[in-house]
Amino acid sequence: MDPIVVILFVAIVALTLVITYYAAKQTKSTGDFYTAGGGLTGWQNGLAIAGDYLSAASFLGIAGAIALNGFDGFFYSIGFLIAYLVVLLLVAEPLRNLGKYTLADMINSRFDAKKVRGAAALSTITIVLFYMIAQLVGAGALIQLLFDIPYWVAVLIVGVMMTIYVLFGGMIATSWVQIVKAVLLMAGMVIVSFMVLWKFNFNIGAMFTEVKQATSHGENFLNPGIKYTNPLGTISLMLALVLGTAGLPHILMRFFTVKDAKTARSSVITATWTIGIFYILIVFLGFGAALYVGESEILAANPGGNMAAPLLAEAIGGNILFAFISAVAFATILAVVAGLVLSGASAFAHDIYGEIIKKGKATERQQMLAARYAALGVSVFSIVLSLGAQYLNVAFLVSLAFCIAASANLPVILYTVYWKRFNTNGAIWALLTGLFSALILVSMSPSVFSPVEGAALFVGNPIFPLDNPALVSVPLGFLAGYLGTVFSKEYDFQRYAEVKVRANTGYRG
Amino acid sequence: MAQPKLSEENKKADVDFEKVLESSQFKKLMQNKKKFIVPLTIFFLIFYFLLPISTSYGTFLNKPFIGDITWAWVYAISQFIMVWTICTIYVKKASSFDKEADDIINDQIGKGGSA
Repeated sequence: MDPIVVILFVAIVALTLVITYYAAKQTKSTGDFYTAGGGLTGWQNGLAIAGDYLSAASFLGIAGAIALNGFDGFFYSIGFLIAYLVVLLLVAEPLRNLGKYTLADMINSRFDAKKVRGAAALSTITIVLFYMIAQLVGAGALIQLLFDIPYWVAVLIVGVMMTIYVLFGGMIATSWVQIVKAVLLMAGMVIVSFMVLWKFNFNIGAMFTEVKQATSHGENFLNPGIKYTNPLGTISLMLALVLGTAGLPHILMRFFTVKDAKTARSSVITATWTIGIFYILIVFLGFGAALYVGESEILAANPGGNMAAPLLAEAIGGNILFAFISAVAFATILAVVAGLVLSGASAFAHDIYGEIIKKGKATERQQMLAARYAALGVSVFSIVLSLGAQYLNVAFLVSLAFCIAASANLPVILYTVYWKRFNTNGAIWALLTGLFSALILVSMSPSVFSPVEGAALFVGNPIFPLDNPALVSVPLGFLAGYLGTVFSKEYDFQRYAEVKVRANTGYRG
Repeated sequence: MAQPKLSEENKKADVDFEKVLESSQFKKLMQNKKKFIVPLTIFFLIFYFLLPISTSYGTFLNKPFIGDITWAWVYAISQFIMVWTICTIYVKKASSFDKEADDIINDQIGKGGSA
């Protein structure tokens, strides 16, 4: 292994451990552990959101997808970004005004119903596990390639690191790891895309002309339609992406780390600028990889295209840049999985243990202990699952997580804040229908069944035609919330008035 | 920093939220928010979905814009510009909502609230 790679790798591990050490000293209460005491500033939280959101799937996956599929690789970027308008305009501020630690807290500001809390915790845990397995399996394969170490060692390294951050440093450590990662990632993106553009004297038109001749797709490389040939499938995927972000538990949790709705708003703005710039620069990385690494070499390193960005760094910047980009990819993985562990742990320890089992009467000490045990449990469980899943094609789990978030969580969030008549029954129906319709439809989809061996989990013909079922499951989630509500007589106007006033004024007395 | 608690706080009985909800001041805030957020949300969702719909069911976006840069790319990039523009407009507008919300807390609920 290249010594520069080792040095940068160790530097990142050391830096994050120092952060964790200081964070651990500041973590004194459950509030510190789950939400950093609500004390982050807007730009800090904005960068942390970007750090939490821009996963290895975004950085390496989309760079690779653009390098291999041209325009179609860019679809993901657009969906991932526009999703922040849903967060900004409809979700962030009421969420901050109503919630405490988790999504279930926010929904229960209207209901005080254990069943609703349980259903919300169930959907949170499902989303977190799917997202996490996709991240860890991807991380294992990637670190194996980057640093030339066995898969299981790679998964264990990432797994142990994320456990340390969360277990000792809670949200404070997690946030700062995410902030550092966001800065490193953006620096890496700017450097590489600057070097690619330099080669064309910053003439983007010339770059388009050249890339058109560089790949086996020819002119089609610049046009939509190489990867996404099924119109309804494309629209369904785009629906999951744009509505899913506003229901992802690890993103929602970030809004509890700031003091009020105004700061929540300014953090979305910082995040949106950062994420937007990132997704524009990623086009230059994708084109650069198509030009200077070449299709066949990208595919030879990894059939999913995940090595396109690091290989491009090597091609234009030599060993040092390769080592830097690899280290950035490593930091990216760590920051995302740490955020996931924390949101999974909060659903177990705060929602299920603290509020359902202990009925909100657990002592501070018990809550803290439960949070740490839950973090450990979530980590170990997902590490074990990921070790078993090495040879499975699990990339679709990320878009499935977005789909569940859009079908189960988003309807309930929107109804809670905006619909007067909404009640307990409707919340449970929406959560369970959204969750299970997404799961059942995916289990019959081409992501799980493919006639080509190795292309999906099982060999066989899919019953349901769309890879991502959002087009069906999102309307089902909203419909179930509506029907569940009107079929039940329960209606509490007083509670609605309280939630509406609090959500819109930020009154907390 | 202490996390302010929600409904479990016993102070809640002091505030008549129904009265606040029915007040003309609060209704006006809701109306202003609605007038701003609903059309904007409908607009950005339509603008967003028109891209995959037009690339899936037609090829007219494959026509060149300048040189080899096609309209599909221009449309895609315009989505980024739209996001940043809406963000900027919203932040400006939201500060007036903040002011209205503060007024409601001060006039109707009394001290103890934080914006």
